[in-house]
Amino acid sequence: MDIARVTSKRSFLLGLLGLILVLLATLPLYAAGYTPILMTSIFMYIILTVSWTLFSGPTGYMSLAPAAFFGVGIYAAAILGKYVPLPVFIVAGGLASFIVALLVGALTLRLRGIYFAIFTFGLVMLIMQLLVFWELHVMGIRGRFVVVIHYNTIYYAMLIIFVVLMLTVYFIKRSKFGLALQSIGENEEAAAHAGVNVTMVKVITFAVSAFFMGAAGATIATRWTYIDPYIAFNVLFSFLPVLMAIFGGMGQLYGPVIGAAIFAYLQEKLVTTFSELYMLIFGIVLVVAILYMPDGLVGLIPRLWRRRAGGQRANT
Amino acid sequence: MLVKTLDIVIGGLLMGGIYALIAMGLSLQYGVARVLNIAHGEFITLGAFTTWVLYTAFGINPLLSLVIVGPLIFIIGFLLHRTLFRSLSKSAPSLAAFEGSSLLATFGLLYIIQNIAIIAWGAASRAYTYLASPVNLWGAIFSANRLVTLGFAVGIGLAFYIFLVRTRLGKAIRAAAQDPTTAGLMGVNINQVLALCFGLGALMAGFAGVLYSMCFPIQATMGLQYTVIAIIVVVLGGLGSIPGSFIGGFILGIIGNVVTYKEPSLTVAAFYFIFILLLLVRPTGIMGK
Repeated sequence: MDIARVTSKRSFLLGLLGLILVLLATLPLYAAGYTPILMTSIFMYIILTVSWTLFSGPTGYMSLAPAAFFGVGIYAAAILGKYVPLPVFIVAGGLASFIVALLVGALTLRLRGIYFAIFTFGLVMLIMQLLVFWELHVMGIRGRFVVVIHYNTIYYAMLIIFVVLMLTVYFIKRSKFGLALQSIGENEEAAAHAGVNVTMVKVITFAVSAFFMGAAGATIATRWTYIDPYIAFNVLFSFLPVLMAIFGGMGQLYGPVIGAAIFAYLQEKLVTTFSELYMLIFGIVLVVAILYMPDGLVGLIPRLWRRRAGGQRANT
Repeated sequence: MLVKTLDIVIGGLLMGGIYALIAMGLSLQYGVARVLNIAHGEFITLGAFTTWVLYTAFGINPLLSLVIVGPLIFIIGFLLHRTLFRSLSKSAPSLAAFEGSSLLATFGLLYIIQNIAIIAWGAASRAYTYLASPVNLWGAIFSANRLVTLGFAVGIGLAFYIFLVRTRLGKAIRAAAQDPTTAGLMGVNINQVLALCFGLGALMAGFAGVLYSMCFPIQATMGLQYTVIAIIVVVLGGLGSIPGSFIGGFILGIIGNVVTYKEPSLTVAAFYFIFILLLLVRPTGIMGK
């Protein structure tokens, strides 16, 4: 492959990305009302999924903590929403999650395999239960109202978080830091011996991914308007990103994006009308995806492609 | 004061019997078959609702249901392992990868079973009365069905332990738990044994469901909270240790009752707190190696 073709392919991709971005940025102008609201929740799931993949994809540590970080962000919005403008409490939500993740990461990343998964799961439930107790018995309230913000503004906030996240992931992947992260997933001990500060790389990545989850939580809270610990720390938000990432495929940067987009769309369309049926289908898809699509949707395409190419060779 | 203490301790033991059964089942599934079954609690739901249907529609004695529900749920679990988890373990590159993917698959199962249960039986709370006459134990009063439940839980637990220690099949299971590859080389039909363990694990949950439905109202969505309790008990007793899970169930039952007595709204939080503390300080549990 010669250089000219590589650069032209590259500029084509950049142009395509630019076009998509312009279309997304001007969305509220030509598709008012429901579409930006739908896109906001699709972006929310994409953000959760991509940031989950940022840490758990290369390292292989299965984190079930997303709901905790997401919930911290939601609570940041609920508490600060009345006093400061939207961008401030989004960043505050992100930073709060970042700090929680730093603490949790420093404490627990020595747990391996299944222990880490069940620990992070327990963490979500512990925070939820303590908050329920605190609100009911110490403060004497049940749930909180969050400041209401126009849906177009929320849409733009989510879009900006999404773009910043994608840039962050892209640059981490291409950097020495990303290489170190990859090496931890392949063989943690060997990585440590090769001079990678394993703990620091893991904890920082964990915290960065938590930042975006918190920011997404702070943003979406303003659309939900009413929250309580059961809504904010719903453990489904821990499992959905995992499912969406596996469904889309973690081998490529765009895999989790596609997986999350498809699932979020189906969720928004089906969950209100056929709640039980949706959850049933959700379960079946999860099992089928794990059984038959180990590399996800994006892994399926090259496999089919290869089969077709192989078939052609057989014919000649 | 003495009556109060007795009340709390016996109440804890009564709850602990059910916890012990559930946790032994999970311990078998994770310790031997290496599947951390998030859908474990759904088999409790299945057992409980089948008993409810049999009792309210056909008037079948709940204790007799044990013999009907047990084999039924065992077969479901056995087949699940032969199909789903067998093919997952064939395609997984490592044990850690299998544990991760089977954990997620059981999460899918959780939603499948739970929503079928909701569609079939509705989301409302169901209950029936059976053996509800009060019994006086040294001044503390409990209903008879709870005492029967405890008796059956202890009986089933001990019977299962004797099965593990005394029979050839039990020996095969213990061998498979220690080292599946070597056990296979020694002539243990390893796939059969792993499927058997998964089936037996489900059976324990099914039994727990039957006993549970005798004492408490049941709901199609109650499974997950008992799965979580089972996970906590299994970690408390040591991952993979069957006696540890049995004892751990009673310990957690008593702790739960003590906290409930002091501050009911903190019971679940206390469970998670113990759980997180354990994972940080002693992840191998009380009986772990």
